[in-house]
Amino acid sequence: MTLLRATRPEAGAPAPPELPRRRTWRSALRRDWQLYSLAVLPLMFFLVFRYLPMLGNVIAFRRYSPGGDVFGEYWVGLRYFTMFLTDPSFWQVFTNTLIIGGLTLLFCFPLPIVLALLLNEVRTRWLKGFVQTISYLPHFLSIVVVAGLVLQIVSVDGVVNQGLSAVGHDAIAFIQEPGWFRTIYVSSEVWQTVGWGTILYLAALTTIDADLYQAARVDGANRWRQTWHVTLPGIRPTMVTLLVLNIGTFLAVGFEKILLLANPLTYPTADVISTYLYRVGIISGSFSYAAAIGLFESVIGVTLVLAANRISRRLVGTSLW
Amino acid sequence: MVSRGQRAFQVVNAAVLTLVVVVTLFPFVNIVARSFSGEQEIRSGQVSLIPRGFTTETYRHVMSDAMFWTNYRNTVVYTVVATAISIVLTTCYAYVLSKKQLKGRGLLVGIAIFTMFFNGGLIPNYVLVSSLGLRNTLWAIVLPNAINVFNLLVMKAFFESLPTELEEAAAVDGASQYGTLWRIVLPLSKAILATMLLFYAVSFWNSWFAGFLYMDRQELFPVTVYLRNLIAGVTAGADQTASSETALQIAASIQAVTIVLTMLPIMLVYPFIQRYFVSGVMLGAVKG
Repeated sequence: MTLLRATRPEAGAPAPPELPRRRTWRSALRRDWQLYSLAVLPLMFFLVFRYLPMLGNVIAFRRYSPGGDVFGEYWVGLRYFTMFLTDPSFWQVFTNTLIIGGLTLLFCFPLPIVLALLLNEVRTRWLKGFVQTISYLPHFLSIVVVAGLVLQIVSVDGVVNQGLSAVGHDAIAFIQEPGWFRTIYVSSEVWQTVGWGTILYLAALTTIDADLYQAARVDGANRWRQTWHVTLPGIRPTMVTLLVLNIGTFLAVGFEKILLLANPLTYPTADVISTYLYRVGIISGSFSYAAAIGLFESVIGVTLVLAANRISRRLVGTSLW
Repeated sequence: MVSRGQRAFQVVNAAVLTLVVVVTLFPFVNIVARSFSGEQEIRSGQVSLIPRGFTTETYRHVMSDAMFWTNYRNTVVYTVVATAISIVLTTCYAYVLSKKQLKGRGLLVGIAIFTMFFNGGLIPNYVLVSSLGLRNTLWAIVLPNAINVFNLLVMKAFFESLPTELEEAAAVDGASQYGTLWRIVLPLSKAILATMLLFYAVSFWNSWFAGFLYMDRQELFPVTVYLRNLIAGVTAGADQTASSETALQIAASIQAVTIVLTMLPIMLVYPFIQRYFVSGVMLGAVKG
């Protein structure tokens, strides 16, 4: 995956350059068996912990009983899919997922670009470094710590309510109010991710040819027009690539954080597909039903990545592969 | 020449960036202030940036909880074992993938990349780990996350950037491929190994969900799960005064102290490790 250059990665690339003579598997194995042997354990990891669970999704189409066969007992066809597609609480969490995912994208995608552009304008070296160091910090915290910080700040005795009472407002139990959940969630996402999100943009900014700015100045462009006509086009490949990646993870929004911050009182706005399937599957033990929802989510996720990738290749000529 | 508009912009920009710094740091200062404050002062909403009713009693209290230390030790053990295994597997596979001439390399790369875009999902993973009998063992935390594909690609990019002449010379001298990796390549890769060590160690140190999902007994939890149960009001942690009902009122000061103690190691090493992370991300982005 290449974030800074709009080229094809080697992964999906066609044939490697023609070798002088085509080696057969037999001679490749004889020559490179030591290399292949190094790949054995990692391959076992991928097969067991990545590909086997993909196959495990067959339980979405089969009756599964805990403790029984890992791949289920007998086929039930699309029963579990019809079940959740006709379940109103599924559509509730589906809508919540779209809203929270949409809001997260709306704030967490553009803000790092803005911050990177602002940092790029700072001429004092140590100041720029200082702001960067501070703003990366939240990225390194455990999500449990972040949730703990959020809960303390919005608690009844926390600083937000202290501010409210200073202006004569009654305290609000934010974490129990469905109407506040999305604001709290998105703010904490912004707090945790925006600083770190600037790294790739700052790297892309350094690759822009200084001659372009020179030429723009000669043409009479002020700083603002230089930003618009030189800087933004210069980081466009990075923007598009990150946008495509963000869209791909759209439905998987903040599972762990929502699990930590939501409670039954806020479920009407907070519950998303991933937390719903966690409760249905792991807490209530309806594994097949939850697996069907999970499969649905993954398939939509992959479709979104493919679609976004295709659109970006058509429109701006940048794509992941 | 600096125009007036430009000077005005620099002032506004400095103000905005100052605001970013303040907003970023505020929760940290707030939590430290709460951790040193008295419970009464916190509950009555007096604590923001400066501790009120200063006390270190809460720290002594939390640190005297045996379960806290048990869980802290678990985090250390899980992190060390998981990081060691992850580094070995990632290094081996990344080295193989960096060999452009290797037959079947495209397939090996594809096997890894595909998992970035499609994964089995929560339920099948849960069923798998449970049926392999890994529940309540450290392997439930270590094995399912042994290789991070992003890290793998960063390392592959690094190996590809090494000059091939040294390895070719070693091969001419009759060194085996194992020997080349061990004696030629790895000594040149100390920087990337340090970066990988930090990437994996921080992510395992911070992780909680695997421990939460697969550990049934309190003495097996990592400290992040200890903290989670505290802030979720499931357990009282070091708060012996909390009632034993399901909805516990955990002392806010105890929560604050536990949060501070959980994030402390990361905060202490952060100034020294930050640049490794940045360079690692750059390497992955430029070359991956």
